[in-house]
Amino acid sequence: MLAFIIRRISQAFFVVVAMVVLVFFGTYVIGDPVWMMVPGDATQEQIEAVRRDFGFDQPVYVQFFKFLGDVLHGEFGRSYVHGSSAINLILDRMPATLELALAALILAVLIGIPLGLFAGLKPDHPASRSIMAVSILGFSLPTFWVGLMLIMLFSVMLGWLPATGRGPVVSIFGLETSMLSLEGWRHLFLPAINLALLKISLVIRLTRSGAREAALQDYVKFARAKGLSQQRIVGVHILKNILIPIVTVLGLEFGSLVAFSVVTETIFAWPGMGKLLLEAIQRLDRPLIVAYVMVVVLLFVTINLIVDILYSALDPRVRLTGTQS
Amino acid sequence: MSSPVLVVDNLATHFFTRDGVVKSVDGISFNVMPGEVLGLVGESGSGKSVTGFSIMGLIDPPGKIVSGSIRLNGEELVGRDDASMRKVRGKSLAMIFQDPMMTLNPVLRIDTQMMEAVQAHEAVSDKAARARSAAALAMVGIPAPEERLSAYPHQFSGGMRQRVAIAIALLHRPALIIADEPTTALDVTIQSQILSEVQRLCAESGTALVWITHDLAVVAGLADRVAVMYAGRIAEQGRVDDVLDRPLHPYTHGLIGSVPGAHLEGTRLHQIRGSTPSLGQLPPGCAFEPRCDRAGPACSTMPVISQASDGRAYRCFNPVPQQGVTA
Ligand SMILES: Nc1ncnc2c1ncn2[C@@H]1O[C@H](COP(=O)(O)OP(=O)(O)OP(=O)(O)O)[C@@H](O)[C@H]1O
Ligand SMILES: [Mg+2]
Repeated sequence: MLAFIIRRISQAFFVVVAMVVLVFFGTYVIGDPVWMMVPGDATQEQIEAVRRDFGFDQPVYVQFFKFLGDVLHGEFGRSYVHGSSAINLILDRMPATLELALAALILAVLIGIPLGLFAGLKPDHPASRSIMAVSILGFSLPTFWVGLMLIMLFSVMLGWLPATGRGPVVSIFGLETSMLSLEGWRHLFLPAINLALLKISLVIRLTRSGAREAALQDYVKFARAKGLSQQRIVGVHILKNILIPIVTVLGLEFGSLVAFSVVTETIFAWPGMGKLLLEAIQRLDRPLIVAYVMVVVLLFVTINLIVDILYSALDPRVRLTGTQS
Repeated sequence: MSSPVLVVDNLATHFFTRDGVVKSVDGISFNVMPGEVLGLVGESGSGKSVTGFSIMGLIDPPGKIVSGSIRLNGEELVGRDDASMRKVRGKSLAMIFQDPMMTLNPVLRIDTQMMEAVQAHEAVSDKAARARSAAALAMVGIPAPEERLSAYPHQFSGGMRQRVAIAIALLHRPALIIADEPTTALDVTIQSQILSEVQRLCAESGTALVWITHDLAVVAGLADRVAVMYAGRIAEQGRVDDVLDRPLHPYTHGLIGSVPGAHLEGTRLHQIRGSTPSLGQLPPGCAFEPRCDRAGPACSTMPVISQASDGRAYRCFNPVPQQGVTA
């Protein structure tokens, strides 16, 4: 188990290094940020001065190593637009985004698994057909459109839920969250559902096909032959088997929830880092973009690591091969 | 004389598929006495497993028991709802499956899978359930049962897994175990070990056994009585020695003739010509008629069940003449 974790961590390290290189050269080629920083009527001398100040006149490799040194110190420079530390700007906004992604993940599991189980175990039931039809919609409708429709229905027409913003936050263990109050959830619910829609569909389909396959297995028939109740067979024998692919996929999808939150945060004016990124891209705020990408990379790598460990905890056969190799 | 544990009376189980009705089991009757071993033989697709699952009440749609009666210790099982069937399954009626690699849940530990079987029928503490499980493992010859309880199925060999399944089946000392080809997937040496083990355990606990197989040698060594199935019906049943030595039904005759070793060395193996009919479109008469050397004009109608003097029952108009019967 320990060897397994160490191997995964070293793999993760190389992924991060590769991303640092990619991010630097990726942002290097997307245009000259100087033009975004100087006023329109700046003179040539003023422009050159800004260039020198930020080190843009140096050769690429010098800039790269300076960048590398900064990254190693967790320093990504100051936002050209906000003037404050880029990484702090991102980290300040990160809890809101993580909270939104987590809420979406919880909804995807709480809604997707029961519906998927039902559709998988009773494939001919009319409700199962409706579930599958809705999940196709979930896959194909664009997120921003669904977001607007949700606002129109629940905020404008019915007036049940607020359309924008984040609810009151409480600080717990140094983390700020709005998940502890009803008002917080009232604000969180629509954006979370919007963000979760795609994942709900995904979980429904994964669970359904897993359940259909598992229900035909001999171990299910044997469990029935033992006289076990239907709840025990579905809740333990079937669920534990299909949880393996679901946890794996959902874990990997958590990263994409964070990434996709850019759209949802913009629609619902959710004060997360996705919204910040969109503004940074529009204004070519290089340090902010770089800081965002690096934070997301680290997030992805960490999540993958956790998924790997969870996966081996769920599937005893993986544990065995892990110790053998 | 005691009464039978199991009475199967004119059972018919059909599958209503898109391509028509498949009459997998179509009017079979047999009894099993307490402690008796009944061999249920027949080639692939003859309806042996469907018979077993019908008795267990594990036939799922599109399958359905369309008629007949199954009585366990005098109590009718056909037509019960799932909740009351569940009280019987695993308690007085148990089943072992063919492939030990597939019957245990790969992600649950052995103790979980055994203790839940204990606790499904008896309100006992975890500790007591665990002790019962360990004792059952010891009984089927698994060394260090206490430690093995915490293992996962993949840490066992095929033969050991089948022993675990047998231990689970024996947990509540059922009146009857249905064993659906439990040794087919195992090595020959393991196979004979398991056979004698099961024979011993059932004899000790007075458990009756329905042993499903297509291996006549296994039946000869294990069973008291045998029922030969063909295309969803029982062609012939009776005491093992009678049926195997002096078959009445031409199908049994052909089946025995096609076993290597049953013949004089150097003579050709006998073969039954043609192939198994499709269960969807059986002829109105005897299903074996198209392949039968002894078929006559009468065979295009369904033969009734006849009784021979030795207690055998068979469905045939032109049974194989009994030569060389010395009393
Ligand atoms: N779920 C099902 N749907 C349709 N037909 C089925 C179903 N289950 C079984 N059958 C049919 O019932 C017939 C008997 O099947 P069964 O499994 O009882 O055969 P068997 O005698 O056990 O054969 P084998 O030795 O291969 O295990 C087969 O022809 C099969 O096509
Ligand atoms: Mg079978």
